[in-house]
Amino acid sequence: MGHDEYQVHEAKILTPSFIVLLTLTLIGFALIALRFIKGIGAVSNMSDGYPWGIWITYDVATGTAIACGGYAMAILIYIRNRMHYHPMIRSAILTSMFGYGLAGFSVMVDVGRPWNAYNFFVPSKWQVNSAMFEVAVCVMAYTTVLIMEFLPAILTTLEKTEWKTLQHMLDLVYGRLGMERPERIGDRLDKVKELAAWARPRLDKVLIFIIVLGITLPTMHQSSLGSLLLIASTKLHPLWHTGFLPLLFLINCMYIGYSIAILESVLSCYAFKRPFETKELSGLARIIPFLTVIWLCVVIGDLAWRGQLGKALSFDFYSRFFLLEFCLIACGSLLLFSKRKRESVRWLFVSAALIVLGGALYRFNVYLIGFNPGKGWHYFPALAEVMITVGIVAFEILGYQVLVKILPVLPKLHTREQHAAGHPMGEKA
Amino acid sequence: MGKPSRRQFLKIMGATGAALLAGKKAAVANEGHKINNETIGMLYDATKCVGCKACMSACKRVNGDYGSLSYERAKFDTDGLWDAPEDLSGSTRTLIKLFKQSEQEWSYVKYSCMHCQKPSCVSVCPVAAMTRDPETGIVDYNKNTCIGCRYCQVACAYNIPKFQWDRAIPQIVKCDLCKNTNLPKKGISACAEVCPAGAIMFGKRKDLLEEAEKRLRENPGKYINHIYGANELGGTNHLYLASMQFNKLGLPTLKDEAPAEFSEKIQHTIYKGFIAPVALYSTLCFIALKNMKKHGGEEGGHDTNTDKGGHH
Repeated sequence: MGHDEYQVHEAKILTPSFIVLLTLTLIGFALIALRFIKGIGAVSNMSDGYPWGIWITYDVATGTAIACGGYAMAILIYIRNRMHYHPMIRSAILTSMFGYGLAGFSVMVDVGRPWNAYNFFVPSKWQVNSAMFEVAVCVMAYTTVLIMEFLPAILTTLEKTEWKTLQHMLDLVYGRLGMERPERIGDRLDKVKELAAWARPRLDKVLIFIIVLGITLPTMHQSSLGSLLLIASTKLHPLWHTGFLPLLFLINCMYIGYSIAILESVLSCYAFKRPFETKELSGLARIIPFLTVIWLCVVIGDLAWRGQLGKALSFDFYSRFFLLEFCLIACGSLLLFSKRKRESVRWLFVSAALIVLGGALYRFNVYLIGFNPGKGWHYFPALAEVMITVGIVAFEILGYQVLVKILPVLPKLHTREQHAAGHPMGEKA
Repeated sequence: MGKPSRRQFLKIMGATGAALLAGKKAAVANEGHKINNETIGMLYDATKCVGCKACMSACKRVNGDYGSLSYERAKFDTDGLWDAPEDLSGSTRTLIKLFKQSEQEWSYVKYSCMHCQKPSCVSVCPVAAMTRDPETGIVDYNKNTCIGCRYCQVACAYNIPKFQWDRAIPQIVKCDLCKNTNLPKKGISACAEVCPAGAIMFGKRKDLLEEAEKRLRENPGKYINHIYGANELGGTNHLYLASMQFNKLGLPTLKDEAPAEFSEKIQHTIYKGFIAPVALYSTLCFIALKNMKKHGGEEGGHDTNTDKGGHH
């Protein structure tokens, strides 16, 4: 795959939204510091009845599904052989990398004894019966894989860079100290450039095996995220507790992945004032209804088989959340069956948003809303708890915004026009 | 172009579904689990309990340092004079509660870890910090390996493992039958040792069951005709006799199958011998390489074109 498909988005980094996101990030991180000093109880409303709050439900269970854009795009491009989507993969991988990296980070905030986490690398401590073990190992491996998948973008930048900013800064520092900048720093920087130039083609050769690993690992751990709740047979409401949880979570992350790829593209084109990628997106949008229809059929079939359809239509607390989740996904998919709506950016955005909301609500239903540990237990997230999650999400968007402005991530505009025009020489002529 | 790969993709999806279905069927059969009656436990007879709470204070005295249990203040107790736990918590491993049906009818009930024969907490712990001793049947917790993920709390149907929410260095807290304290010294758990009313009997599960059956036989009117824990969730080593419906005493009505059997069967079916993930990876590699090769030719063409363009 060529590296000329991507370009750095040339724009100012210090924008008003940067300041807002930075503020939210700092608030979040200050509260995280408080959590480590005074204990989890000081910042959260979690309890012995609800030991998992929104950190696990949103940051991990839902956040990693939303970060499945990279996974969904990789399936489409490399397995279903739609190489013409290739220009879209880097921004999908970048958001996946942030999503998973920060999910891992928020797990370290959530667990009570993070300093013992090294036990995941001690074979004698492995507990292979635990779905959590599978999720943890897979997520760590996948985050590493994502970084390697993103490495080409960093390496090409390192190769081409002249280190102007860094040299300028170094000169400034040494100038203050009243010294000349030593020669060896320049040599070292050249070494890095050489190393990057040496590594990139070699990485390119094995990259496909890493990419395929990046498809296998999410298939494993996204289904295991569903398996996590299999054991809570007495606590999870029968509308959601089923042996099909792993399968439902797997399909769920795929349609969320494609929908989020659409949302992300529309939003970043809007924010960065680039032309909308309507043609690619309407192609993506065609896949989603196939997945959602399979998912909805499994849900209904399973409920009917277990004799729970009555509960689904009883309009009590649980039934309402179930129906809301069901309708959001069904309506979103229904819109995408129409070719005309698929070709309108507005409708694409609306339907993808409905499906992401419905798919995310499904995960909230399984992890929190449908979870009832017994009489006397209540949970609603505390403000500080929410702000930590907000801070982590803000950091995610912030990182994306900054990285697309210093690394070649977004699809190159003129190659896209070439694709659209149908003849690659067109632009040069 | 995309068709054969899509078919293969759907095949993989189908295989996952089939594996899950197989797992579901296998789980219903529930054959693997057998109750071991040679392990040790306790029989709590609610009709004998006088609610003196000697067991509670003995538990804190004996295990205070080991489990770093602290005293719990009541809201009215501003001077912090009394240990007044409202429920099991990160500071309390066992607790006596009084349930009142009416002014005349009431019953005490003791809460602590049930020491399941097939414990959910052990099944879900990712780093084996929760363990069940196959000899004694004691379900124990090791703070030195625990990462504090609290999956054990999510999994336990009795809501027994508790977490120290107010501490920077928290632990999971639950009864371990005095495994490291009173049991090696005196051969009996502290609560059973101090009980003045004989409400707690300590011993082998088979002896406890025999005694419980004898009491039910000899006093048919006195008890609800059920030994709680004999079969609940695959059997527990903490057994209960009471004169009132167990669910009213805060002991949930549960099925006989252990939830861990169900979840482990599905997880094991998917990951058996790691065959499915390896098969998935190699199939995907095969498809991806084929697609890359197919596309490689076209890509080469593109590249030469752009190169030429560059020279102009």
